[in-house]
Amino acid sequence: MLSYVTKPVPPNSDKRWKLVDATIRRQGQQARGLIETLHTVQEAFGYLDEQALRYVAVSLRVPLSRAYGVATFYHFFTLKPAGEHTCVICMGTACYIKGAPQLLDAVQRDLGIRPGETTADKKVSLLTARCLGSCGLAPAVVYDQEVAGKVSTAGVREHLKKWTSA
Amino acid sequence: MTPEELEEIAESERASQGRFTQRVNVCVAAGCLSCQSQSVKDALDQEIGKRGNKDHCQVKGVGCMGLCSEGPLVSTSNGVLYKKVEASDGAAIIDSLEGSAVSRLVCPTDVPFFQRQKKIVLENSGVIDPDRIEDYIATGGYTALIKALTEMTSREVIDEVTKSGLRGRGGAGYPTGLKWSTVSKSVGTSKYVICNADEGDPGAFMDRSVLESDPHRVLEGMLIAGYAVGAAEAYIYVRAEYPLAIKRLRNAIRQAERVGLLGSEICGTRFSFKIDLRLGAGAFVCGEETALIASVEGKRGTPRPRPPYPAMEGLFGQPTLINNVETFANIAPIIRNGGAWYASIGTEKSKGTKVFALAGRVENTGLVEVPMGISLREMVYEIGGGIPEGRKFKAVQTGGPSGGCLPTECLDMPVDYESLAKAGSIMGSGGMIVMDESSCMVDVAKYFMDFCMTESCGKCIPCRVGTYQMHRILTAIGNMTATDQDLKMLEELCDLLKHTSLCGLGQSAPNPVVSTLKSFAEEYRAHIQEHKCPAGVCGAQTEGETA
Repeated sequence: MLSYVTKPVPPNSDKRWKLVDATIRRQGQQARGLIETLHTVQEAFGYLDEQALRYVAVSLRVPLSRAYGVATFYHFFTLKPAGEHTCVICMGTACYIKGAPQLLDAVQRDLGIRPGETTADKKVSLLTARCLGSCGLAPAVVYDQEVAGKVSTAGVREHLKKWTSA
Repeated sequence: MTPEELEEIAESERASQGRFTQRVNVCVAAGCLSCQSQSVKDALDQEIGKRGNKDHCQVKGVGCMGLCSEGPLVSTSNGVLYKKVEASDGAAIIDSLEGSAVSRLVCPTDVPFFQRQKKIVLENSGVIDPDRIEDYIATGGYTALIKALTEMTSREVIDEVTKSGLRGRGGAGYPTGLKWSTVSKSVGTSKYVICNADEGDPGAFMDRSVLESDPHRVLEGMLIAGYAVGAAEAYIYVRAEYPLAIKRLRNAIRQAERVGLLGSEICGTRFSFKIDLRLGAGAFVCGEETALIASVEGKRGTPRPRPPYPAMEGLFGQPTLINNVETFANIAPIIRNGGAWYASIGTEKSKGTKVFALAGRVENTGLVEVPMGISLREMVYEIGGGIPEGRKFKAVQTGGPSGGCLPTECLDMPVDYESLAKAGSIMGSGGMIVMDESSCMVDVAKYFMDFCMTESCGKCIPCRVGTYQMHRILTAIGNMTATDQDLKMLEELCDLLKHTSLCGLGQSAPNPVVSTLKSFAEEYRAHIQEHKCPAGVCGAQTEGETA
């Protein structure tokens, strides 16, 4: 294993950097561990900001441009913090033909945001998914990690109302 | 681990399971879990504890039972399947073990959905506990690996796979034996095996289900492949969007290492093997071999021209074998029962079975495994139970964004690689989405083009610009503003993308358009000339939806 001239120092004293450091070590501080490391950062902090990308890039000895390139290439990574709640609407084929567009339409109108955005009060983030693999339950929506199947327009509106009025 | 030790584990597991006279299996795969099957299992556990039945009644979490639309599903040792079970039904189900079935919850299993299936890949799904290696071993798991390691040379293993006629289940249908043979002959300082579990097709969930229901079967297939081609290291490239599959795979790898089925000098032979997970990060193009390799190496998932093929120069520049989850899941039964047995199932050129994810406008949605060569009509009307609400069948979509829509005329066609390709679609990974008259084919084509446009990696121009232009024209057709000239341009672009794109994504992106233009030309005409959408879908939508 190669060693650093000087070991990079985490951006701050947050304990979660220890998790990131563990992944970097496990990947042998090599460039090939970039995606794995970004997964760890996102899991720990919820998103990838500039200081995180800089730290990961230095630690794995890749140019910042490559870390940024990878972070923006893959849909799973996000550079912005999510709201208090997230609502993911599946836009897979089965969901699409069973009314996902109408769900998305209703949510966009109710919240006044588009997919990938968060409401101004930071309460709700709206996302779309390519396919959740829950096609037997189409149309599917994920409310804060919990998958709900056979969702109706009224159902999704009601659920969101609970979040926004709370 | 020796063959005797494996048999010992199997024996003791069978003995400990034999103590139970009653069994209740609860589906804990993703589909049923999202219908609260965990709370059903907890309720059953509690009920048994309360009655002091723990010694002779077992409640087990098992993998997918197939009929996802009726979940949560519960099966009992007296042969009854229950659907849409709630936590409050726990007591009634435990009562039924000693009496008559709870009629309001019974899901009939003498229907074509269950009877027409032939299970090889899914033989353990819904039967064993995916979190326990002992349960897999008790059903004969890992005996194929031991057989390969102790009784066969790597050449014989490859010959057996070649004889089986197995073809890649990821979509393209490349003969698996040939691929293995190429990798085994390639020279490199080290070789790699990669399992492609980045199930990107929208509307497909076969791989997810296999990984969640029977992860050891995939590991065993990979181990045998590693022995056959001479690799010592393997990666499973799995979607980060499948947290449950990841958790079960991690657990399975740890268990296999613990009992010595993964690691160094397996079964006292010189064969050593290690499997690691790599999480995908949501890029459809990573289904393409070279893009997948780039992603495993921690780079952006962009494809490169082939040759050299990954079999010669793959991961880290070394010979690499890439197969799909379902392909690996077929290996253990082939080694156990012989290639000739496998080749006796299916059609002349497409052997064995195929798992399909049946979804869309059809009564029974879920996961089915059928012999190759079954007709589409049987799939839709018998297994699928027909179209709900008395509507009319319009098309069935196979192969996701790389496939096509097959109209009524194709219903009697057998489902195999050649027939599907001839009809303008592809087998794909196994998504099968049924559409009725409420779907507009122009809108469906636009949907898939939007998908390909978003997922194009941007490396080659035909795909990057072509999908954008095709999407623009399809949007114009949907908005009733397109002209005949636009349609002509659309057809030209189909041809251009097919012949000049760098990888499979761009080359097959026009397929949904080509197949709908061929079978549903009158719908395109109605949009362009009469400015109306026969299905009443287009025009009524807001622009936000295409985002």
